[in-house]
Amino acid sequence: MNTRAIQAIVRKDLKVAVQNKGVVLPMIILPLILFVAFPWIMAYAPSWTNAAGTSLSNMDELLARMPSGLLNELSGYTRDQQMIVFALVYMLAPMFLIMPLMVASVFAADSFAGEKERKTLEALLYTPTTDRELFTAKLLGAWVTAVAVALLGFIVYAVMVNAAGWHSIGQIFFPNWMWVALVLWVTPAVAGLGLVVMVFVSVRAQGFQDAYQTGGLVVLPVLALMIGQISGVMYFSLGVVLLVGLVIWLLDIVLLWFASKSFRRGELMTKL
Amino acid sequence: MSAPVIQISSLSRRFGEKNAVDHLTLDVQPGEIFGFLGHNGAGKTTTVRLLNGVLEPTSGQACVLGLDPQTEGPAVRAQTGVLTETPSLDERLTARDNLSIYADLYNVPQANVTGRVNSLLTEFELADRADDKVGGYSKGMKQRLALARALLHRPKVLFLDEPTAALDPVAARHVHTLVEDLARREGCTVFLCTHNLVEAQKLCDRVAVMEHGRLVALGTPSDLTRQYVKRLDVDLEVDPVQMDWALQILQELHQLVIRPPKREKELLTMTLPGRESIPELLSILVEMGLRVYRLAPQEANLEEVYFALNGGTQ
Repeated sequence: MNTRAIQAIVRKDLKVAVQNKGVVLPMIILPLILFVAFPWIMAYAPSWTNAAGTSLSNMDELLARMPSGLLNELSGYTRDQQMIVFALVYMLAPMFLIMPLMVASVFAADSFAGEKERKTLEALLYTPTTDRELFTAKLLGAWVTAVAVALLGFIVYAVMVNAAGWHSIGQIFFPNWMWVALVLWVTPAVAGLGLVVMVFVSVRAQGFQDAYQTGGLVVLPVLALMIGQISGVMYFSLGVVLLVGLVIWLLDIVLLWFASKSFRRGELMTKL
Repeated sequence: MSAPVIQISSLSRRFGEKNAVDHLTLDVQPGEIFGFLGHNGAGKTTTVRLLNGVLEPTSGQACVLGLDPQTEGPAVRAQTGVLTETPSLDERLTARDNLSIYADLYNVPQANVTGRVNSLLTEFELADRADDKVGGYSKGMKQRLALARALLHRPKVLFLDEPTAALDPVAARHVHTLVEDLARREGCTVFLCTHNLVEAQKLCDRVAVMEHGRLVALGTPSDLTRQYVKRLDVDLEVDPVQMDWALQILQELHQLVIRPPKREKELLTMTLPGRESIPELLSILVEMGLRVYRLAPQEANLEEVYFALNGGTQ
């Protein structure tokens, strides 16, 4: 493997991507909503609802539907604290996965379909890089960015959650082991999934927007996890997170194998 | 004679029902400027892709610098430079970034990258805009930058696909000079795909004419004109007071003058069936009492070859 060539392609893709508003804006707006605004809204929601004279009966109903494991984890908190911890620690956990998924998808769409759209792929295919180097470089740039943005987002979220919940809980309550596993085990796998799906989509897509819109369907499983959690069908315990991560890693390996087999210069050249 | 730099033997590539390249066989010698002529869809770009191992042939073989492009593609591409038909530049990056990144991809020694990039930017008159984004460049500047990129690693074989298509005459002449220098001084072999026949005539040692993926003619420009152009345009200069009389005589020589003579200032221009008709025409004119100052054949060019071939095959 020619690491210098791989680094050059990663550098090129990153430099090009950060100048695309379609890539950068979602990477700024989504984290601001999820990691900054959301913790404060959820942390103050109980006091707002009390002030408005509304009861917390809806919250009680929601918690009543939750699995016993989750109720045990929340048992040491008051009702207001339970609402904050449930929303910020458990409810947002599957939503957090949207971040690496989206960043990986948007970068990969720009790197694969966008390059085709900008007609810059041909020159790249004429370089002495091998198909494997090219494939690795294209994936690596998007994957590293997605994981880095997610890690940064996690740190920001941790600070925001503890700061926003301090008035009610009075101690650092975030992250727990489930979140550590989510960030270090599931996040890289989810980023890989977004990438590989986008590689398949980009082969047929006409350009960046086309690829991004089609590839966006990959968030559906994450939304399913979120609905599962809110409806009480399941909750993100440490065991569930480890299992979800394992399933996604296995899926990544299988899809990556197929993607690498289909990633051939000749095929790409005929689709230019 | 040294071994050919490019050897192509019965090379074919099909796309569905269409033969993009059809049993192509030819050699290109070291240091040669080889013209690859044909109109759009003739198979020129597909051939370049096959020779660089970025496309697989349906059948046949190719050998570039002693290597098989299909099995040794990276080694071939490390020694070839390709200027694609569209510049294929990252327009969101600066010219310097475009070159630096490709210097890494072409494995230009790390210590030489800055110097090589700067020298090419200067040579192609882009130094003062080196840190501007390429998106703001004119077509000619983009083409020059793309050419600079193709030369970053000092390739042994340079493939140029319509290199002057977007250039003004001054920039085109600059490219012509550069291509000649590369071939004559540095021994670089140039494979020039073009439908600019004047360019091919001026630059190329040999040319191949392609049509619908098939090779229809191969040779030096003069060989091809002799072989394919069966008529000859000549200029006749006579005593100015005899011009009308000369015109009258020529109009009656239907066997010899196959296209009616035209008067252009002090000259009469006409078309003869071939070079062998010149002595006969001259003796007739002299016998008729005309004072002939000059009877000069015009050299046939590749344009006439091209149209003769197209006329013959369509």
